[in-house]
Amino acid sequence: MNTATRSDIPKNRSWYQRNRFAITPWIFLAPAILFFTLYVIAPIFQSIWISFFEWNGLGAKTWVGMGNYVELMDDDRFYTSLKNNLWWLVLYMLAVPIGLAIALFLNQTVTGIRLYKSLFFFPFVISQVVVGLIFTWFYNPNFGIVAIIWEFFGATPPAILADEDLVTFGIIFAGLWPQIAYCMILYLTGLNNVSPDQIEAARLDNAKGFGMLWHVILPQLKPATFIAVVVTVIGALRSFDMIAIMTGGGPWGSSNVLAYFMFETSLSEYGFRMGYGSAIATVLFLIMLVYISFFLYRMYQDEKGN
Amino acid sequence: MFTPLVRTATAVLTAAIISAPAMAADLVINYDDLNAAPKEAFETAVAKFQEANPDINVIVNNTDREAHKTAIRNFLSADAPDVTSWYPGNRMAPFVDAGQFEDISDLWESEGWSDALASTKPSMTRDGKQWGVPYTYYQWGIYYRSDIFADNNITPPTTWDELLSASAALKEAGVTPFTIGTKFLWTAAGVFDYLNLRTNGYDVHNDLTAGKIKYTDPRIVDVFEKWKELVEPGYFVENHATMSWQEALAPFIQGEAAMYVMGNFSVAAMREGGLTDDQIDYIPFPTINPDVARAEEAPTDAFFIPANAKNKEDAKKFLKFVVDADVQTEWNATLGQLPINKNATPGDDKFIQKGFETVSTAAGLAQFYDRDAPAEMAKAGMEGFQEFMVKPERMDDILKRLDKVQERVYK
Repeated sequence: MNTATRSDIPKNRSWYQRNRFAITPWIFLAPAILFFTLYVIAPIFQSIWISFFEWNGLGAKTWVGMGNYVELMDDDRFYTSLKNNLWWLVLYMLAVPIGLAIALFLNQTVTGIRLYKSLFFFPFVISQVVVGLIFTWFYNPNFGIVAIIWEFFGATPPAILADEDLVTFGIIFAGLWPQIAYCMILYLTGLNNVSPDQIEAARLDNAKGFGMLWHVILPQLKPATFIAVVVTVIGALRSFDMIAIMTGGGPWGSSNVLAYFMFETSLSEYGFRMGYGSAIATVLFLIMLVYISFFLYRMYQDEKGN
Repeated sequence: MFTPLVRTATAVLTAAIISAPAMAADLVINYDDLNAAPKEAFETAVAKFQEANPDINVIVNNTDREAHKTAIRNFLSADAPDVTSWYPGNRMAPFVDAGQFEDISDLWESEGWSDALASTKPSMTRDGKQWGVPYTYYQWGIYYRSDIFADNNITPPTTWDELLSASAALKEAGVTPFTIGTKFLWTAAGVFDYLNLRTNGYDVHNDLTAGKIKYTDPRIVDVFEKWKELVEPGYFVENHATMSWQEALAPFIQGEAAMYVMGNFSVAAMREGGLTDDQIDYIPFPTINPDVARAEEAPTDAFFIPANAKNKEDAKKFLKFVVDADVQTEWNATLGQLPINKNATPGDDKFIQKGFETVSTAAGLAQFYDRDAPAEMAKAGMEGFQEFMVKPERMDDILKRLDKVQERVYK
């Protein structure tokens, strides 16, 4: 080996050695690509494919073409779910400004502030299922805290989770609790990175109060805001556990959302209509796709800008 | 070459492989009830079976009922046990049709079960064959607070008019006549089934759940009109849509409600809640149309052998053991339910005695709305019942909607 002359080396270089700059990134990417394809991309197409069949998950599949989609367009439960999903999207957004407000409030140095921050962050740490259970008790018209407050004012407490008009808002309100904590923590970390120099400079220019927040602080918090909006939209679209634990989509399906409706039709005790469930999943996917494309486009623009 | 560790591991492994055939044959049983009484009854029976068959190594997987309902779809094809619990009627249909349950008609034939288990044979039969064996069933009816009835001088109703006047009297006395918790829907189906069975009878129940009668049929509309007579005066507890059946026990136990249309499994919970047998009693659901033969709800639980089971011989042995009269007597005495073998003796509990009387003299036994109707119809139907109980004025819309679902489900 040692006797080889320097001029031999280029000739003896293997194909890999000659191309390693092109290949190495792919080797590193390979595991991720493989598993992403296997567990994310493939199932998307698989479930779109299944949505063209009538299938109970056990027996033979029957081709029904667009039948499931036609049925979906004529299904009241689908429109109820869609409408509720929109409510979720709109009202869940409240988590962002409220999270910001709490973050600003907590962004000060007083004794024990770490404890207060932890307490505010606490709802995000506990499981959604537990949050759902706690709020189910709050809302209980016989012994819940809501009932006690109502009765204090001499009113008859509403059965929030049994009222078709209130139930969705009741669940969204419960869902907001941990979501606000999440947005708050995002803003708290964002606030750590706000440059003191700029604030100093703004002060010298006589900026204060809301003007200071709007023109100086918020622009610097843009990355945090972006992430907060992203996680909130995703949280709203995949709202599932709260509904499962608090109402199971009831009363009579009026608190359903697409994600839970899909689960109910394809996987719950009275379901196992895999084709129909897949059709719902496909519609939900298309809705998310609009949003995901926007998100990817923004990311791409940002990267290019840098 | 081998390090000591590898050598030991190999030795252990080899020993395990060699000794395996010498060990008893495994019999895997999947069961689905973790509640105290059913669990004890099941475990006692398994211990007895193990004792009688020392050459069989019984392995039990007991899971929660709801989890079992989902898991069964996986384990039947992926990792089948030798015996599994499940439900007869329409609930077993998808598995039977997919060929995942073993046909055991020969066992029914050779063991003479058609006679001993006559009452439950129809529900275990599909395509003219039997697919499993029942191990217990229980009655439904009205459980009522006999002390509250006595305090208000009300006699237990036997007819619809008596039921209405008893309800009115209770309401007058500040007691809600009926408690119910419809959060999980099926409780409302119990009320519907009884109103239907008493108004139209067993055949209409079967035709409806088989999709042969529309929900807008005048006979079914009649049922809802009867139901209105209970809903509109407020004879059911308020906010029932927020409560599970267990939560709905609270007003019953506290004396705020006096009747409960329920299955016999609720008695154990009533006793746990502090009620004594002097305070609670059972009556069959009152007569509505005297010309209709009295049919009852009696949901049955059963055992099946998966088609992919590895040890079918011993599985059959277990099924034979389960339906044996003595085993049935003991099992259901512990469970607090009714034995399915007619040669077995029902327990001496008063509810069991009355239930046995009610069920054994019935003209027909319905499984339950959500077991007789296909799953999708059952879900839509029960949501409709729940909605009706809160918004009775929507009756027409609900019935039309159910017709639409029915048309699709049974096509």
